Amino acid sequence: MPLDNYNNLGSLVEPERVHKACYADEQIFEKELENIFYKSWIYIGHESQVPNPGDYWTTWVGRERMIICRDEDGKVHVLYNRCPHRGTLICNNLHGNAPKAFRCPYHAWQFNMDGSLRNVPMKQGYEGIVDLTDPQLQMKRAERQETYRGFVFASLSSEGPSLDEWLGKGARAAFDDICNRSPEGECEIVMNCFRIIQHSNWKIFLENQLDAVHPSITHHSTGDAAAQEQKIYKQKTGEDPPMGYQFLADFTLPYEKWDSLDTIGHPYGHTVLAGYMGLRPKDPITVSHEEALTKAYGAERMNAILSTNVHHVLVYPCLSVQPPLQQLRAVRPLAANKTLTEIWHFRLKGAPEGIYERSLAYYYHVNSPSTMVNADDLNNFRACQDGLSLDGGGDWVSFHRNYGQDPVENGITTSVTGMSEQPMRNMFSSWKEYMSV
Amino acid sequence: MSNRTGLVTSADMQREVEQLLYHQAEVLDERRWEEWLNLFTEDGVYWMPASADQQTGEGQPNIFYEDHYLMDMRIRRVEHPYAHSQAAGHRTSHVVSNVMIKNEDQASHELVVTSRFHMVEYRLDDLRHFGGKYTHTLIKLDDTYKIKLQRVDLTNVEGPFDFVMQVWL
Repeated sequence: MPLDNYNNLGSLVEPERVHKACYADEQIFEKELENIFYKSWIYIGHESQVPNPGDYWTTWVGRERMIICRDEDGKVHVLYNRCPHRGTLICNNLHGNAPKAFRCPYHAWQFNMDGSLRNVPMKQGYEGIVDLTDPQLQMKRAERQETYRGFVFASLSSEGPSLDEWLGKGARAAFDDICNRSPEGECEIVMNCFRIIQHSNWKIFLENQLDAVHPSITHHSTGDAAAQEQKIYKQKTGEDPPMGYQFLADFTLPYEKWDSLDTIGHPYGHTVLAGYMGLRPKDPITVSHEEALTKAYGAERMNAILSTNVHHVLVYPCLSVQPPLQQLRAVRPLAANKTLTEIWHFRLKGAPEGIYERSLAYYYHVNSPSTMVNADDLNNFRACQDGLSLDGGGDWVSFHRNYGQDPVENGITTSVTGMSEQPMRNMFSSWKEYMSV
Repeated sequence: MSNRTGLVTSADMQREVEQLLYHQAEVLDERRWEEWLNLFTEDGVYWMPASADQQTGEGQPNIFYEDHYLMDMRIRRVEHPYAHSQAAGHRTSHVVSNVMIKNEDQASHELVVTSRFHMVEYRLDDLRHFGGKYTHTLIKLDDTYKIKLQRVDLTNVEGPFDFVMQVWL
C-alpha cells in the first residue's frame, strides 16, 4: 500500500492487522509524539524520588526533557529542562540536589524549584527593557501536573481529561494494588534506576508485556536453566532454593496455564494481564505480611488486598506496572526505532523485609542489566524492528489470534483466552483514536 | 586496610596474581565455563554493584550478584540451544592491566588485588566496549589462589545500556 497520505492514518489500522509503517516510519513517529505523547498523561516519577528540597531527577516526555523536583515548601514540580535565556539544558545530570536554586551553567541565571526566576547576574542590562517577573523568563512548567497515590504524571497539553478520568478504574488499579499492599497505604521508591535502550519501536515493548504466547518460547532457555538449577540447589544443600529461581522457571509454564489467564482492555488503551505467579503461598514471609495487613485493615480487607491478582498493568502509552512485585518500567520513545526504558522498584512502607526481598529478586532477575529474561526479549524487539523496516516481504502485522471473539461490556474488553491478541487490538484501537484527531 | 599504592610484595607473588587474572580473562573470552567456575571458592561471589559508592551487595539492587548456583544457571542458559540471542555469535576480548596488590592479611593470607579491564564485545555485526575496575579478594587453597569475591565497578555503571550483559565481564 502506498503511504503517500499520512492524513489518512485510519487506513493503517484495521481491526485485526496494522501496517508496518506504524512501527517503522519516522513521520508517523513524529505524529505519535504530537498526538499521543504530548497530549496524554505521561508518568514522570514518584514523589519519594525527590524526598528533600532541591532534589531533582531528569526524564523524558517524548523528545522533551523534563525535570521533577521538590521546592522548599515540600511541593513537587514538573518543569521543562530549559533555560529561558539561551535555551541551555539546566540539569545535565540524571539526578542530584540543587541547593536553594537551579543555576544555569552558561550565564548563572537562577531559578526557584517552581521555575520562577530567582536572580540574574548584572540585572541593569534588562532595566526598562523586560520585566524579570515575565513568565517568558521563567523555566516553563509542564502544562498540567497531577498525582495519584504518590505517582506523578504530567501532560504537555493544557486540555484533555483529568488524570483520574484518564487512568480510569483499570489503570488506577495498578497504583492502588501497590499501595494497598502496604500496611501504611504507601510505597516508597528505591533510589536506583536501571536504564535499558531497546532498538525498537515503543509499541513493540507494550505489546510484548501482554503477549502470553511468547514466554514459553522466547524464555525457554532461561526457564529450563532455572528449573535445572532448582534441582541442583535442593540436591546439594537439602534446602529450598531462593524464590528468584521460581520467577524464572515460571516462564516455561505450559500453554494451558497461559491460556487460562485473563486479559482486560480498558478505555484509552490501558490493558491488564491477570497474575500467574502464585505470590500468596503459605511461607513465613507471606504469613507475616498477612499479619501486618490484618493489624492495619482487618482480616476481610487484608484478604481482598492480597487476593488481587494482577501481573501487568499497561498504562498506555507510557508505563508497564507490576503491582504485586512492586516494580514499573517507564517507556520513553526516542525515535521510531529507539526506546528508553527506565526501570524502578518500590518498598511497601511498614511491610516485612521479606516482601521487599521478593521484589528485589524479581528486579534482579527480570529487570537488571544482566537479566537473562529481557536479554531474549530485547533481541526479539530488535529483530522485529529490523524486519518491519524492510521495504519488501509484506506490509502487514497480524493480530488475528481470537479476533472477533472478544466480549465487550461497558467499554471494557475481555478475552476468551489469555493467549488472545485482544490486548494488541485494544491498544491499537486507542492509537487510532489518538492519531485520527 | 587497603593502601593507596600497591604493596611491595615478592615478584613471585605479583606474578602469580597477575597470571591468575590473565587466566580468568582467557577462560571468559574462550567460554571455558567450568574452568571459570573453578576459579572461585565454593562460597565465591561475582558482584557488579549498581552504583559506584555501594558498600555491599546484600539487600540492594545490583547489576550482577551471583554465587556458584546463579553462575551455574547462567552457564546453562547461554549454552541452551534455544538461547536465541546468543545464537547470533557472541565473542569478547578482555585486556587486564594495572594489577596492584593492595593488602595482604597477615593471619589469613587473603589478598586484595585491584586491576583495570577493557573489554570489547562482538555481536550482531556490532562492537560494544566496557571498561572498569576489578577488585579481587583472593585466598590460597591447596597452594592455589581462588577468588572469594570479585567486585566489578563498571565505568558506565549508570547506563543506559544497549541490550544487556548476558555473561560476566
